[in-house]
Amino acid sequence: MYRAHVLVCGGTGCTSSGSAKIITAFESELEQANLGNEVKVIRTGCFGLCAEGPIVIVYPEGCFYSRVQPEDVAEIVAEHLVKGRPVKRLLYKETVVDETTIKSLNHTGFYEKQHRVALKNCGVIDPENIEEYIAYDGYQALAKCLTEYTPEQVIQIIKDSGLRGRGGAGFPTGLKWSFAAANKADQKYVCCNADEGDPGAFMDRSILEGDPHALLEAMAIAGYAIGATKGYVYIRAEYPIAVKRLEIAIAQAKEYGLMGKNILSSGFDFDLEIRLGAGAFVCGEETALMTSIEGKRGEPRPRPPFPAVKGLFQKPTVLNNVETYANIAQIILNGPEWFTAMGTEKSKGTKVFALGGKINNTGLVEVPMGTTLREVVEDIGGGIPNGKKFKAAQTGGPSGGCIPAHLIDTPIDYDNLLAIGSMMGSGGLIVMDEDNCMVDIAKFFLEFTVEESCGKCTPCRIGTKRLYEMLEKITKGEGTLEDLDKMEALCYYIKENSLCGLGQTAPNPVLSTLRYFRDEYVAHVVDKKCPAGVCKDLLQYSIIEDKCKGCTACARKCPVGAISGSVKNPHVIDTAKCIKCGACIETCKFDAIIRK
Amino acid sequence: MKTLEELKALKAKALQNMGIRDDQAATTRIVVGMATCGIAAGARPVLTAFTEEVAKRQLQDVAVSQTGCIGICQYEPVVEVFRTGEEKVTYVKMTADKVARIVAEHIVNGNVVTEYTIGACTK
Ligand SMILES: Cc1cc2nc3c(=O)[nH]c(=O)nc-3n(C[C@H](O)[C@H](O)[C@H](O)COP(=O)(O)O)c2cc1C
Ligand code: SF4
Ligand code: SF4
Repeated sequence: MYRAHVLVCGGTGCTSSGSAKIITAFESELEQANLGNEVKVIRTGCFGLCAEGPIVIVYPEGCFYSRVQPEDVAEIVAEHLVKGRPVKRLLYKETVVDETTIKSLNHTGFYEKQHRVALKNCGVIDPENIEEYIAYDGYQALAKCLTEYTPEQVIQIIKDSGLRGRGGAGFPTGLKWSFAAANKADQKYVCCNADEGDPGAFMDRSILEGDPHALLEAMAIAGYAIGATKGYVYIRAEYPIAVKRLEIAIAQAKEYGLMGKNILSSGFDFDLEIRLGAGAFVCGEETALMTSIEGKRGEPRPRPPFPAVKGLFQKPTVLNNVETYANIAQIILNGPEWFTAMGTEKSKGTKVFALGGKINNTGLVEVPMGTTLREVVEDIGGGIPNGKKFKAAQTGGPSGGCIPAHLIDTPIDYDNLLAIGSMMGSGGLIVMDEDNCMVDIAKFFLEFTVEESCGKCTPCRIGTKRLYEMLEKITKGEGTLEDLDKMEALCYYIKENSLCGLGQTAPNPVLSTLRYFRDEYVAHVVDKKCPAGVCKDLLQYSIIEDKCKGCTACARKCPVGAISGSVKNPHVIDTAKCIKCGACIETCKFDAIIRK
Repeated sequence: MKTLEELKALKAKALQNMGIRDDQAATTRIVVGMATCGIAAGARPVLTAFTEEVAKRQLQDVAVSQTGCIGICQYEPVVEVFRTGEEKVTYVKMTADKVARIVAEHIVNGNVVTEYTIGACTK
């Protein structure tokens, strides 16, 4: 029995900011203080507030320490764990009410509006200890299915819950399961998509790192529901911590008899294997993913046949995303009504978003569907740094679009996002302020899709390349108004003629920025100006005569000798010679040089 | 593990070890004064004894924690017991031997061990 638990975040974010060293420091300091068998150190998954990492929580007080450095550990042990005095200077500032009172983390702005379902155990349990998962109702849902429900009943519960796929398209999960269940076959498969290709998303990784058993349990339930005895988790090799925790989880589940033959004496067998993906974005597409598991080159194939009919190894298969699975056990235990009580009419439950970009609290947030973008950005995200103005939010990654400021009160769900030209995607949410150029953003995502197109079909392979070139032309100030129309037409052509979802959605970032920020495109092609001051080729450096003291500092700094002028007289920049390196601006002490 | 019963039993056991992480669940908090004065007066063994006693009796909703100087150093080691809806009880000049009785009579059965309290001591 331990009288205190020290939880240290071992998610990828905190690990890269040094949480492993903190764990070691705690262990050795506690040993020295002779507290080794009174205080337990636990490495958990992600707490979500990555911007404040590395994060340490001390129970029973529930003190939330942020940005902890290995040097701070001795003080936490000596003060807090020996003498019981929380170390104020390290507490997450919002939890400190006054000298003597500390607020629970659940009442801080970042957590208060969140509702944790998929992330329920992340940062709460030790992901490498199956007993901690079991303590919090782990494997009870599987046991309930095996002992109380028929497979048909399980599928009905999932259908009634209204759960939709969290991997992108939002297809109803129960319906998907029922298709695979209806097809008779000697072998069926359950697969998990843990490829997480959206460059801004990391919720699947966090679930795998923080609560791997939730995935295992849900996949076994899916197996029971559709009549499959074998499952595969397809996970990208760039997620080493997640892979390791998953391996440990599978081994422990087998050891405890919760996976393998005759689970809980029910006669149901289920086994799981891990397959590592090399990280090509297209391998997250369902048909490509299955081809890749089969050991072949990961390329999409036309549908139908759908995976529920002919999936992995030509057998009926269910493929779901990690976050989709993370909801399953709780739906079984709490009932579908519990789930439908959260969310909007057609989007039930919660969604996890990876908040990034120009926002104070970057990290993972889970909110009920229908929460407005404003609540996410302002209340949970803590607003935009440096007093800048919100310009747009990008959702859905390379397949999604931008939501402009005037739509910030839109309740976020699958259908609303589609209606305004974006999509849910996997839940990346990148916030942009006045300093972001929307043409440049579109170009950024197009560059990604050009790179990731598998090349199997021409509209996607050539089309995205042309689209990228047009954007490049515009950011260089060489575009025309006619190009904008041509670009739009090409977008629709690519959408309609590509084989897989990658090509079909690749033009979305361009279409949505054209729709909401056309004036910014026009400024680039007509005025040859980039209003946000991002596109380098459209910037001009000049010296304000009145402000220039003629100190000659810039002229001496300029690497190409583009600045001329005599001492104590205003200098001038020869724009023909200037290479726009920016060195002069940094040098000038009088703010006399501007970039516009 | 072969049966549902075994799984349930394991859950109950595992939950025991997790109790302290639920800061809302504890209806009783036993707080031991552990500043320099408390430690010098022998608060450590008292804290250990409480932790062990609570574990032995598998008390789910009891949290044992420590605090800094309570401000009555001449009475150290000092232990405060907070129970939801009741007034704080302060035990003074604590020793490890007194712990079992406090847990049995006060924490489990709700009868304050008056003779160990600050009230009895200052009389
Ligand atoms: C190019 C492309 C990439 C995709 N990448 C992912 C991915 O990384 N993770 C994921 O879960 N789904 C991804 N999907 C969606 C999957 O094809 C599939 O719809 C999903 O995994 C189904 O699970 P769900 O119903 O639980 O969402 C991608 C789709 C396309 C077209
Ligand atoms: S749309 Fe693009 S990624 Fe998809 S099959 Fe065609 S070329 Fe490959
Ligand atoms: S931006 Fe660079 S090249 Fe241009 S004037 Fe300044 S220092 Fe010279």
